[in-house]
Amino acid sequence: MSETKDIFILAIESSCDETAAAVVKNGREVLSNVISSQIALHTLYGGVVPEIASRKHIEKINQVIEEALDQAEVTLDDLDAIGVTYGPGLVGALLVGVAEAKAIAYAKKLPLIGVHHIEGHISANYIENKELEPPFICLVVSGGHTHLVCVKDYGTYEILGRTRDDAAGEAFDKVARAIGLGYPGGPKIDKLAKEGNPNAIPFPRAHIEGAEYDFSFSGVKSAVLNYINGCQMKGIEYHKADIAASFQKAVTDVLVGNAMRAVETYGLKKLAIAGGVASNSSLREAMKQACEERGIEFYYPSPILCTDNAAMIGAAAYYEYLNGTRSGWDLNAVPNLKLGER
Amino acid sequence: MRILALDSSGLVAGVALVDEQQTIAEYTINYKKTHSQTLLSMLDEVVKMIDLNLEEVDAIAVAAGPGSFTGLRIGSATAKGLGMALQKPLIRIPTVDGLAYNLFGTKGLICPMMDARRSQVYTGIYRFEDTFEILEPQMAVPVEELIGKLNARGEQVTFLGDGVPVYRELLLKGLTVPYRFAPLHLNRQRAAAVGALAVTYYKEGKLETAAEHQPDYLRVSQAERERAEREQKSV
Repeated sequence: MSETKDIFILAIESSCDETAAAVVKNGREVLSNVISSQIALHTLYGGVVPEIASRKHIEKINQVIEEALDQAEVTLDDLDAIGVTYGPGLVGALLVGVAEAKAIAYAKKLPLIGVHHIEGHISANYIENKELEPPFICLVVSGGHTHLVCVKDYGTYEILGRTRDDAAGEAFDKVARAIGLGYPGGPKIDKLAKEGNPNAIPFPRAHIEGAEYDFSFSGVKSAVLNYINGCQMKGIEYHKADIAASFQKAVTDVLVGNAMRAVETYGLKKLAIAGGVASNSSLREAMKQACEERGIEFYYPSPILCTDNAAMIGAAAYYEYLNGTRSGWDLNAVPNLKLGER
Repeated sequence: MRILALDSSGLVAGVALVDEQQTIAEYTINYKKTHSQTLLSMLDEVVKMIDLNLEEVDAIAVAAGPGSFTGLRIGSATAKGLGMALQKPLIRIPTVDGLAYNLFGTKGLICPMMDARRSQVYTGIYRFEDTFEILEPQMAVPVEELIGKLNARGEQVTFLGDGVPVYRELLLKGLTVPYRFAPLHLNRQRAAAVGALAVTYYKEGKLETAAEHQPDYLRVSQAERERAEREQKSV
């Protein structure tokens, strides 16, 4: 690598409620990673409001990009390419980043690289684990996604399993709302669960017949809601911490179980996790333990790289850049973009 | 002075380059493809056709609203990205003003109408017989209210905009003043009109930075509106 030129990529991410920009060198060195979060704004509505998110993106995007360039101590003239998330996500939100990235790339005559949001999450693992290379299994868990993926090579993915209904993070949000914790639910349940008994309530673990890597979380979510209703009807006081801990354990068990089955079946010795829920402490602990028992290397990003961010998009864009991927000026936002499709 | 103008506020996507004397290039598309697919490709074609060096543009003008929320953001994000990369100022042109500016020399009043859904139009009332006069600045109102305003003024009025076919029946029924409709080459957004108006803005120093620019929606989001209504009810 020392003989080749360094590659600097400006990456932009606006698929949901974070406006983010980053400068990444050679795919693995983060020179800046700026995130403008809108969480406080959406808390008023109990979840992300697409139109409000889009309005906030357009308001903030230039400042976020300029800050990313400043922190990285580079100018647009130092860049080799622009990477941008073009799906999946909220279409109106994605379009802000896509239009902005296209205009900058066009004006500076730079290559434009459309990046899949999930590919970004997976690639977040490359940033802090310099030795990690494909092939490996990656579990992507967030508020919008639950995917079990075999990363065969840079940019080559096989989706082994996905959720049939709610994403794991979505189930966390709904349960958090039901027990009055508010939005966003993941970190709040994680915190409360530490005070509860994970074996107090036997919530169900869904296994899907004939699709051993798929997930379903609407059942466990409904079981929690039914349990709370039942207690209220009978006038019994319920323990929120026990609910949080038992629910979290039920979700974690399924995530770990499917991931371990994939690692064993594919004979791979490396497992990574990614996405917002990957910063859940119980999931990390359980996955770490399961990997240790089987002699598998376990990789996970820092919390700041688990949440939606642009550094991960820069990492993914770098490998797409090396693969020769170039997007046209007609690049559009694709809200339901499939992993591995272009 | 050269101004690059963009308009993606409605169904039309438009790109134009103007200077103080003339329109150098204008490209208008009124087709079902999204602005995200068309706008930058159109700019690329204009640039190639007239050998334009974007660095030599003095400002980037954009139809900044009202209009389709998503369309406005595609235009604004494109203008913001260009402005940042080229280090040029932006000029925000009110969409309805830009529409009215199409009809120089029109006798009587000019009334652009854009379909704003929820039985409303984005509209305004203008005169452009000699100088460009804004009699009622752009607003979102029910068509009936607009008809009332026009009847009260008692003057001939010329309509244009994509709201005309949508509300034509209501206009025919409600208007008591003489009216006519602009012909097809003048009755939709045109980036050259945005550019021409921007020339006057540029001379008046009405510029903004790419970072501070954002669209003018003239409306809060549905979620905010419903929340305000809930709060009002609970008071």
